[in-house]
Amino acid sequence: MKLVMAIIKPFKLDEVRQALTELGLQGMTVTEVKGYGRQKGHTEIYRGAEYAVNFLPKIKIEVVIPTASVDKAVDAIVAAAKTGQIGDGKIFVVPVEQTVRIRTGETDESAL
Amino acid sequence: MTLAKYLSVAVAALVLLLLHSIDPALAQEAEAAAEAAPPAIDTGDTAWMLTSTAIVLMMTIPGLALFYGGLVRKKNVLSVVMQCFTIACAITIVWLLVGYSLAFTDGGSLNAYIGGLSKAMMAGVTKDAITLTIPETVFFTFQLTFAIITPALIVGAFVDRMKFSAMLLFMVLWSLIVYVPITHWVWGGGFLAGAGVLDFAGGTVVHINAGVAGLVCAIFLGKRYGYGTENMAPHNLVYSVIGASLLWVGWFGFNAGSAVAANSSAGMAMAVTQIATAAAALAWMFIEWIIHKKPSILGIISGAVAGLVAITPASGFVGPMGALWIGIAAGLICFFASTTIKKALGYDDSLDVFGIHGVGGIVGAVLTGVFAVEAIGGKPGMLEGNPGQVLTQIWGITATIVWCAVATFVILIIVNVLLGVRVSQSAEVEGLDINLHGEVVP
Repeated sequence: MKLVMAIIKPFKLDEVRQALTELGLQGMTVTEVKGYGRQKGHTEIYRGAEYAVNFLPKIKIEVVIPTASVDKAVDAIVAAAKTGQIGDGKIFVVPVEQTVRIRTGETDESAL
Repeated sequence: MTLAKYLSVAVAALVLLLLHSIDPALAQEAEAAAEAAPPAIDTGDTAWMLTSTAIVLMMTIPGLALFYGGLVRKKNVLSVVMQCFTIACAITIVWLLVGYSLAFTDGGSLNAYIGGLSKAMMAGVTKDAITLTIPETVFFTFQLTFAIITPALIVGAFVDRMKFSAMLLFMVLWSLIVYVPITHWVWGGGFLAGAGVLDFAGGTVVHINAGVAGLVCAIFLGKRYGYGTENMAPHNLVYSVIGASLLWVGWFGFNAGSAVAANSSAGMAMAVTQIATAAAALAWMFIEWIIHKKPSILGIISGAVAGLVAITPASGFVGPMGALWIGIAAGLICFFASTTIKKALGYDDSLDVFGIHGVGGIVGAVLTGVFAVEAIGGKPGMLEGNPGQVLTQIWGITATIVWCAVATFVILIIVNVLLGVRVSQSAEVEGLDINLHGEVVP
């Protein structure tokens, strides 16, 4: 099992969700986050007072996937979240040791 | 500029003020005319003034509360709304007890400067009492809504850092020592009315007054912690747009209501209010678009308020084209006052009470003297061959600025000794909502 963690532009969330659902993946966790990469921040001006906003709003998607499906899932996220503009985000894949479904006690891939 | 310099300038101007002679003949003439008018209620006038009174109250709560509330950081929004709401309540009681009487009755030998106590606690303001052509109870309440919004405007200068207790004491004292006398000078038969100063709806009484008091407060309290380094961007401009729009609508009660009648004067006041506001909003938007490269919603609503402020003294005296120029001037001048000049001088007038209300009020008061049309308000301005009116307007502005600045400064010193004006640094950093009111917006 792998944890796929994708940081994407907020308005791309629905397309990414649809793409993952079409792969047969059930469930995901979504968080509103702030951060920056190469895009850096932007400047806001209020009555002449300039503020540098370093952290931009992004969406973080977390989904745990059977190892065999990870490549397809990553490709699907890239396809759905890409605009070609700076600030499209990043995907991280990390190993997961154990999964438990709380209601039934099922473990690992059968719990996904 | 050092404090000593501010004070010496203020004292010099005060001396000037006291030396200026008043013309008692004019005041007596006005009194004689008032006595001759047969008192009778006009139901049309009364209906309009009841309406005006309600929508001018709406300007403060929720209009100004939302306008200011949206402009501060989220941790302080409730403190700002609370201050506006509390001022509306506290000034009502002040007005009932002595405020109305001191502003609008004859002060005997002191009448040039302050009214008397004959109507304290609304003595004699009975169900059947009449002012002009409306019940005096309506006139009392209409004027009360002006007495409420003026101190509430000052709140914008010291947001995020003033103690609630100190704010409350300051506002009650300021209302009695600054607002009430100046109202009497201009509208209650005092020396500025006698001098012929034109102020239809309160450009001097309300806006210059609040703007100057705001500037003194901003300097006295000092900058917000982190000013110039931390992000102090408005937390919700939609609130501010709603607030500014409520101010705009309410301002028809403010300006057209100041005719105290449902007549052609009110109609012209309404039209010029709309024209000047739109012109100022666009002027601010375009100048900001040129200088900062983007037209902003905060810019256009700030311009609208600047236009509303500037047309306030002029409505009732100027025509549509005068209003257009007053609006354009207010939008441009207030833009520079609130951005470039504020930055250059380095004071933290947080929500630009001076930059918009003070400067906009001064622009409006001076230009009233330029654009006044005899056929509209009975007084010719500079363009109709009466340049002296501009000097009279400047005299009114000077007297107001001097009294307001000196008295506001003294009140702040007293409040600071009694209560301390500023919250602790930790409370300021954490936010006034949780620290002063025990509530937060999640």
